[in-house]
Amino acid sequence: MDVKATEHSWLLRNKLKIAPWVFLIPALAFFAVYVIEPIFESIWLSFYEWNGLYRADGTSTAVWVGVDNYIKLWDDPKFWTSLKNNLLWLLLFMLAVPIGLMIALFLNQTVSGMRIYKSLFFFPFVISQVVVGLIFGWFYNPDFGVVGSVWKALFCEETINIVGNVSFRCSSPPPDILSSPEFATYGIIAAGLWPQIAYCMILYLTGLNNVAADQIEAGRLDGAKGWRMLWFVVLPQLRPATFIAVVVTVIGALRSFDMIAIMTQGGPFGSTNVLAYYMYETAISEYGERYGYGSAIATVLFLIMLIYISYFLWRMYQDEKGGR
Amino acid sequence: MFPRPIEKAGPGARIGYQLLLPFVLIIWLLPLLAIFATSIRSGADINAGNVFGWPGEFAMIENYVAVFTRSQASMYFINSILITVPSVAISVSLACLAGYALAIYRFRVALPLFFLFVAGNFVPFQILMVPVRDMSVRVGLYDTIAGQFLFHAAFQTGFCTLFMRNFIKALPFDLIESARIEGVKEWRIFWFVVLPLVRPALAALAVLIFTFVWNDFFWANVLTQGESAKPITAGVRALNGQFVNNWHLVSAASLIAAIPPVIMFFLMQRHFIAGLTLGAVK
Repeated sequence: MDVKATEHSWLLRNKLKIAPWVFLIPALAFFAVYVIEPIFESIWLSFYEWNGLYRADGTSTAVWVGVDNYIKLWDDPKFWTSLKNNLLWLLLFMLAVPIGLMIALFLNQTVSGMRIYKSLFFFPFVISQVVVGLIFGWFYNPDFGVVGSVWKALFCEETINIVGNVSFRCSSPPPDILSSPEFATYGIIAAGLWPQIAYCMILYLTGLNNVAADQIEAGRLDGAKGWRMLWFVVLPQLRPATFIAVVVTVIGALRSFDMIAIMTQGGPFGSTNVLAYYMYETAISEYGERYGYGSAIATVLFLIMLIYISYFLWRMYQDEKGGR
Repeated sequence: MFPRPIEKAGPGARIGYQLLLPFVLIIWLLPLLAIFATSIRSGADINAGNVFGWPGEFAMIENYVAVFTRSQASMYFINSILITVPSVAISVSLACLAGYALAIYRFRVALPLFFLFVAGNFVPFQILMVPVRDMSVRVGLYDTIAGQFLFHAAFQTGFCTLFMRNFIKALPFDLIESARIEGVKEWRIFWFVVLPLVRPALAALAVLIFTFVWNDFFWANVLTQGESAKPITAGVRALNGQFVNNWHLVSAASLIAAIPPVIMFFLMQRHFIAGLTLGAVK
């Protein structure tokens, strides 16, 4: 038997072992370079101090500082503000799940034109968060935004002087939500909820489509209706939708960056910072790059996210074991 | 069906419901309607403080033309297309191959590899930021269109693979089995048996990834410096600074940035929703 024939038959015999790798390698290599490797590199960098520069001979100017960056983080009030705001986002963002369910229940009818209504309700999710941020920034504007105008209509008197200029006299000035350290974060979260509610709504609308009609009928025969029906018959069947809604909402809350960058840039006085934005601001700031410290913040955010990722993977693993 | 269909509750309830619907919708979309109303006003209206009353004059065409003539909006818009289309094409095709491999072949690391894609898809962007930026600078991809779409393509491959693998796994396995018994080569099975069957998944992924990448703002800031490679989302922010107090122009620019995903969504609505949910809610 000549060599070529053996090679050929080896390929043939192991066809089913080699083929998956041929299909996998392009995606895997690409994903490894841009996603997997950078995760480890970031964690590694968090033990360095580095301004992102290289020496003439191409070596990095990074200096090993051990856990110094993490010690600095511990004493950094901005870090704690950001962490606290992240928790606030997580907590309040969860409102998107029940509100999304409520709207889905309201819309789960079959009157004419319902499809158009459902898609129009879904609209906010399709729009870029940058645009949502701009819309709400303007919405909250105390001088000419919706909030300001409503306030003026309710609490202000309009006076026109001789020259014809309009001025307002208010019993209390209209609230400037985004400039107030106490309320700005709530204002941004409310804006962020808008698209997130739309997302949860669509998950529930699809879920409601798949609710078994016979179980609803059986429930009706047993005299269940309204809340009891919702709680005992419908919600258990919506569990997969609820699971996904919670997962995407948690991820959305922890990823919040665009809205903050657009609406307040972390201000006033850092009061609306979250880890995602603080990390960006630190790593690429006008005062020079601080890659090491930024990476330490990113690592903390990553570890928080890892809790959810592990939970999600664990759930998937349970499903896989149950399946084929 | 839950809640009880409104038709069964009598004509009064049905008419009440149908009257209530547009009312609730208007409240829900109020921010969007307000910004649209602003985008068709003239600058004079805004300066006079007439933001909510009936417009003094309609300036829709003037405003939208002004956005393009008085700024670099058209360049940003083209950049967005140049970034988004290759991202979709690359990530969806790579994920087809990878999803096929992970769904059809039984090998020991199939599940761990699958989980790697899933996990990677959920990580916060910030953990990737410094290394990706540093690498882009070193290989000359920083501040380029290619630098952005290569990253997006790689990142979205995670989500696409999750989606494709689950979709292919749900196909009847007998099809592949019988093709193998017939002696059909593996890549021909992929091309002629599996690929035609996953067309709905391809459409769903394409619209979803289009929307995700089009709406990206973070990477546009991390991977670009000047104006020449910025997509429309970052461009709108720049315009916001340029058009200070010209709210009618800012509004028009924002709506222009929002239009392509909205059109995509309306054209491919069924696929879009299937994509959002099927990847997860089976």
